[in-house]
Amino acid sequence: MSDTTAISSGAPSGENGATGSEASAGGLLTTPLHAWHRDHGGRLVPFAGWEMPVQYASIVEEHLATRSGCGLFDVSHMGRLAVTGPQSREWLDRMLTRRVADLQPGGVRYTLITDDNGGRGVRILDDALVACEGDDRFALVVNGSNRDRVVAWLQSQLPSEGVTLDDHTRQTAMIAVQGPAAIAIVTSLASPADAERINALKNYRCCTATIAGHSAAVSRTGYTGEDGVELVVAAEDAVAVWEALLAADAAARPCGLGARDTLRLEAGMPLYGHELIEDTNPFAIGLGRGVSLEGRSFPGSEALAAMQEPPAAKQRVGLVLSGKRPAREGSGVYASGGVEPLGIVTSGSFAPSLGVPVAMAMVDSSLAEPGAELEVDIRGSRQRATVSPLPFPGWRQQA
Amino acid sequence: MKFAKSHEWIRVEGDPAPGALATIGVSAYAVEALTDLVFMQLPAVGTQVTAGESFGEIESVKAVSDLYAPCSGEVVEVHTELPDNLDLLGSDPYGEGWIIKIKLADPSQLDALMDQAAYDASVSDGPH
Repeated sequence: MSDTTAISSGAPSGENGATGSEASAGGLLTTPLHAWHRDHGGRLVPFAGWEMPVQYASIVEEHLATRSGCGLFDVSHMGRLAVTGPQSREWLDRMLTRRVADLQPGGVRYTLITDDNGGRGVRILDDALVACEGDDRFALVVNGSNRDRVVAWLQSQLPSEGVTLDDHTRQTAMIAVQGPAAIAIVTSLASPADAERINALKNYRCCTATIAGHSAAVSRTGYTGEDGVELVVAAEDAVAVWEALLAADAAARPCGLGARDTLRLEAGMPLYGHELIEDTNPFAIGLGRGVSLEGRSFPGSEALAAMQEPPAAKQRVGLVLSGKRPAREGSGVYASGGVEPLGIVTSGSFAPSLGVPVAMAMVDSSLAEPGAELEVDIRGSRQRATVSPLPFPGWRQQA
Repeated sequence: MKFAKSHEWIRVEGDPAPGALATIGVSAYAVEALTDLVFMQLPAVGTQVTAGESFGEIESVKAVSDLYAPCSGEVVEVHTELPDNLDLLGSDPYGEGWIIKIKLADPSQLDALMDQAAYDASVSDGPH
């Protein structure tokens, strides 16, 4: 028995993320929690140039623990960039697909990072979160697999003065605390005043707080579909904060990136390298909210404006498969009984909260109607699949 | 019971002569390593399986794996309830978790396989 299909662990094109200069033994980077993962049964795998835990024991159990209680995820492989200086706001507003000009301190926005493909249109380099931490201080969180090229691109576009770009990825750690118990767990480790501020944080808002005695940037964001926060702490504080979170409540459980992938899949969230690639039309995959065109100019904005108008030929859909066999990335999608492939699976797995295999796919718009009966070719055999809205209905547990 | 490097086991009933009945399954170590099994594809009775070649698939949440035949022979019985009771692979890998039974074509192929002690030693250093 041996693996014949390498299933990505949600790694956005993990092979091309290796970074030479910072690489540790084995050519892979390690997070400040690496030794903790290794000592606590984490199965460590290469992931976007890092050695990361894909799971501790069961992906299904970790997934369900996040839906019912609280999952802790080491997401330190994500790139954390600081953009500071008197011109930082204006510069970011010219660089990102989302408006930064009016982003108030404490605000967080989902954005794409684009270039103009050498003057030939637009190329999506990454999707990211931009947070305003002060009038002239911003934080970007980018995908681990894209960090090097995003940093290189942004560096190349810096004005001669007024903006400083620093890559803080290696000096910090990032811990996602996700699930219905997440906020209670985090606030139990904060002062009453900080707890009150975290409780009052709306989605896509951020603040600073002291968690278990350590300074943290707290953002009410995540990639699981659950309520929760993402914490950025100094690298040397990562283990102490992680262990304090785990000890705070029996509902807290360390989870690997395998569960993170099944959680985001059920929640219908696109992943760079899968649903979203360089030449994706963001409006066709439901990411129009990540592009603000009105009265704005940024790299590739004219080409993106042209994509907005005509109806897209392909659209992103959810698929619920019959039977038990998961479709995987690259499986062809067909009309019922069809001969020509009319789509392709971009992510697929067993959905632990639904108990069935699900997938996301790019299909001809003619097939994209929810309820449409399609077929997926899984290693040579056709399996029925029904188009589903995204997020998949029923994935969230009843409160 | 003998083991293949690819983690399947085979147990011959009685003397290992040509035509002897042999049961095939996967090791406890392999099931533990796979975790989160969701799907299994098995051959039909009458299929000829070939030593070292795939006779089916087992799939977890994260990955598809081929099942390789430790020895060649004709499939004479298939554990058809197993795909609906994948827990049996973990709870009783060498008993109720059996996968197929074959009529052994060439007993000398058993000589290339490991005994339990050699197999246990081979997996003690972690996954292959």
